[in-house]
Amino acid sequence: MGTVPQVAWLIAAVCFILSLGGLSRHESARRGNFLGIVGMMLAIGAAFWQAIESELLGGLSQSGLSVLAFALVAGGIVGGLLAVRVAMTGMPQLVAILHSFVGLAAVLVGFSVFLHGHGSSEAAHGVQLIHDIEIFLGVFIGGLTFTGSVIAWGKLDGKINSRPLLIPGRHAINVVMLVVCVLLGAWFIQPAAFASELTALLIMLLISFVFGAHLVMAIGGADMPVVVSMLNSYSGWAAAATGFMLSNDLLIITGALVGSSGAILSYIMCHAMNRSFLSVILGGFGTGTAVAAPGVDRGELVHTATTADEVAEALKNAKEVIVVPGYGMAVAQAQHPIREITELLQANGTRTRFAIHPVAGRLPGHMNVLLAEARLPYDLVLEMDEINEDFPNTDVVLVVGANDIVNPGALDDPSSPIYGMPVLEAWKAKEVVVFKRSMGSGYSGVDNPLFYNENTDMLFGDAKKSSDDILQALRR
Amino acid sequence: MIIGAIKESATGERRVAVTPDSVKKLVKLGYQVLIESGCGAEANFPDSFYVTSGAEVLSNRDAVLAQADLLVKVNVPQGDEISLCKEGSSLVSFVWPAKNESQVDLLKQRNITTLAMDCVPRISRAQKLDALSSMANIAGYRAVVEAANEFGSFFTGQITAAGKVPPAKVLVIGAGVAGLAAIGTAKSLGAIVRAFDTRLAVKDQVKSMGADFLELEFEESGEGEGGYAKTMSEEFIAAEMALFAEQAREVDIIVTTALIPGRPAPELITPEMVASMKPGSVIVDLAAQNGGNCKLTRPDEKIVVDGVTIIGYTDLPSRLPTQSSNLYANNIVNLLTDMTPEKDGQLQVNLEDQVVRGTLVTYQGELMWPPPKVAAPSPPPKIAAVEVPEPAEELSGKSTNHWILTLIAVVLGAGFLWLLGSYAPAEFVSHLTVFMLACFVGWQLVWNVTPALHTPLMSVTNAISGIIVIGGLLQMGSDWRSPSSLLAAAAVLIATVNVVGGFWVTHRMLAMFRKQD
Repeated sequence: MGTVPQVAWLIAAVCFILSLGGLSRHESARRGNFLGIVGMMLAIGAAFWQAIESELLGGLSQSGLSVLAFALVAGGIVGGLLAVRVAMTGMPQLVAILHSFVGLAAVLVGFSVFLHGHGSSEAAHGVQLIHDIEIFLGVFIGGLTFTGSVIAWGKLDGKINSRPLLIPGRHAINVVMLVVCVLLGAWFIQPAAFASELTALLIMLLISFVFGAHLVMAIGGADMPVVVSMLNSYSGWAAAATGFMLSNDLLIITGALVGSSGAILSYIMCHAMNRSFLSVILGGFGTGTAVAAPGVDRGELVHTATTADEVAEALKNAKEVIVVPGYGMAVAQAQHPIREITELLQANGTRTRFAIHPVAGRLPGHMNVLLAEARLPYDLVLEMDEINEDFPNTDVVLVVGANDIVNPGALDDPSSPIYGMPVLEAWKAKEVVVFKRSMGSGYSGVDNPLFYNENTDMLFGDAKKSSDDILQALRR
Repeated sequence: MIIGAIKESATGERRVAVTPDSVKKLVKLGYQVLIESGCGAEANFPDSFYVTSGAEVLSNRDAVLAQADLLVKVNVPQGDEISLCKEGSSLVSFVWPAKNESQVDLLKQRNITTLAMDCVPRISRAQKLDALSSMANIAGYRAVVEAANEFGSFFTGQITAAGKVPPAKVLVIGAGVAGLAAIGTAKSLGAIVRAFDTRLAVKDQVKSMGADFLELEFEESGEGEGGYAKTMSEEFIAAEMALFAEQAREVDIIVTTALIPGRPAPELITPEMVASMKPGSVIVDLAAQNGGNCKLTRPDEKIVVDGVTIIGYTDLPSRLPTQSSNLYANNIVNLLTDMTPEKDGQLQVNLEDQVVRGTLVTYQGELMWPPPKVAAPSPPPKIAAVEVPEPAEELSGKSTNHWILTLIAVVLGAGFLWLLGSYAPAEFVSHLTVFMLACFVGWQLVWNVTPALHTPLMSVTNAISGIIVIGGLLQMGSDWRSPSSLLAAAAVLIATVNVVGGFWVTHRMLAMFRKQD
């Protein structure tokens, strides 16, 4: 009888693997999510079964069971409410706050294991040692995931200034905190009195909270895709550490899956920005003052402003149109009028497609979700590598709230801070229209030569308002 | 301020300096616009259009002139037009101050601020108000259309049931704005186009328009000041003439656009060359106004010599009145936008502004033309090749570095594993096995995820990392009030939020992704 939960967990692990596999294509994505749900229900069911068993054996009281049932139902209701009420533009915040829950749960479980396991240490010394390290690591990762995610949520939600907070000597502070944690860990794993071990664990928890918060505070808004996927990865490692604590393979497997998934996403995001993971995590990008490239006379640079009517006219005469959305589109909520513009253009025989840069937005795949929300068919939405060659044959490119990801300086100006970053080569099109609030520079603080090109027109104003105006002009 | 526009008085002029579109923009700049009734009629802009755009229409020209603070025109004011203007008012128009001294004198006397659209400096910032380029573009287009009208055959080659039609051969001399427009037009009609220019710098532009660039075996660049051509040496001209003589025998259409600023147009097509051309050939001489590139050209006339039609019209832009009015009016709007920074309908003359200074002909009773010379390089300054740091050394340094790092990592890893193997309990090692394998499975799986689904991937992994709920469930002890059990229950609660929230929101997202019907 004893191994039924183990078998169920094995199946659950398979379900999770298939679930991630399903996400490789749009067609199988929904099945993937469904499999994930099945796996989760199996896993929770089996755990609950085990709890009931132990109740029958007298290990768990009836009231304990009720508390668990209550926690499951209440948590389910809260989660459901969160999921139903979130707007698609609020997705980055939701993902961040959910990460913090995993972190917090890992901390709680870690403490629970510590409190529960203490005093009954009849285990061999080696086992106990490993167990202590597991608890310590689990709580540490959980703690920094928790506060890091809360800060990320605050930044994404605009509750905290998204500019990087750079404390002088912040690297030194981080190193000191890490060293203190290691020392506390060394103390913690020594067989000692309960009180002193608890103190060590608590102090370490506080430090890990500060560490996580400080880490994310130092990272600017547009680096959030990396941060969020990094936290995603940490939440997985936290779950895996919990699995080690409890000797539960399902937790280990799932944690490892999530952890490596987040790590890959971070890698992809960093790669798309041509920056090393370390340089993103150490933060502080984009605070330097923009310096004009030497030898380029800024006085000669002028931009041409245009109007919605003129853009509509250009669109009417175009055969090929590419839209390059950026975070500005999400902020302005312009995806709906953009979708309507797309429909009108297609009815007019104009091929209209979307080019998505890997780091557009604040979350990996952020733009895809927003465009899907606006009911834009996903086969019109292409990745950078799929569409970059098509720009020279494009009549009009609409750059909606994007900046650095269409900066030609990244390819041809070695003095540019973003030199080497792969970008969408919008400037190769016959005409480029940039929707922008003002002539300010992008997140990286780098001036964008695209704006001064002869074939670039600037459409100033709120992206939503501008696209609404274009839409009206097109309907006329 | 009130902007006034009147019907052009020059004979045959069909253009107008304001259009209904430009009126809208001028009103946005804070100006009032007053027009003479019928001023846009020839360019197909009825009065009612102007009224809709916010202009006021007066039937009396003199009343418009008397009220306008700023008169916009196409041609330099003629007859009594200047004397009817308000003292101290402003004028924006083509002026050609070198040719129209008497008018400039009168403008100066009447204290009128004159902005000449033909004097806009040729710098990149001023391109949007470069009316000469706008008009040259139209002239180039129209030149080919006129030629096609006179030419007895197709431009494009065809193979029909009745037989083969060879494509027309077009030679464009001078690849300025007009020349390039002519090349583009002729090319899009299907002709074989060749072009010649003394400035080798335009070779790429010519090629980009789809024409062949004819070259002399001769090293001399005709690049003069401001992007215009200069006079060439005698040897060069001889070689050039030989080339034209050879081409003349071969081509069907010649469009000449060669001009050197401040001098009569160079004579490029001699009567002998004309005689050598096939009967039915057409020459369009865009330099007719300045004496013509062809000796036989007569300004404003179409003549036939030896079966070759020579067109010397000087009013080509005016023959496309709607288009040229639109572009010219836009040029004026762009100028006034720069000169009305407050958008309050007040014209500000900033003498520090190179563009304004260059455009000014008379100001506060003074003659401002010609402006002091400002050295402006012609084509965009060539950006000096940026020095790229020596990659070779860095690379080798990096790779050794990388090598050492890898070695250290391998040694450390091996040492760690050896320690594990020696001391760790068997159970831990089996968990570690599972962990490592799962990491690799995850690594393989996630690389396959399409980038479009990265957000759903994150929310699904979020949901399944809520698996930590199991940890909470298993930690519930016999006494639910014990701290350890309470913490476990709290963990269950939080993790469940994650599980339900994560899956649900993923479901919502995935439901939105749809394929095109």
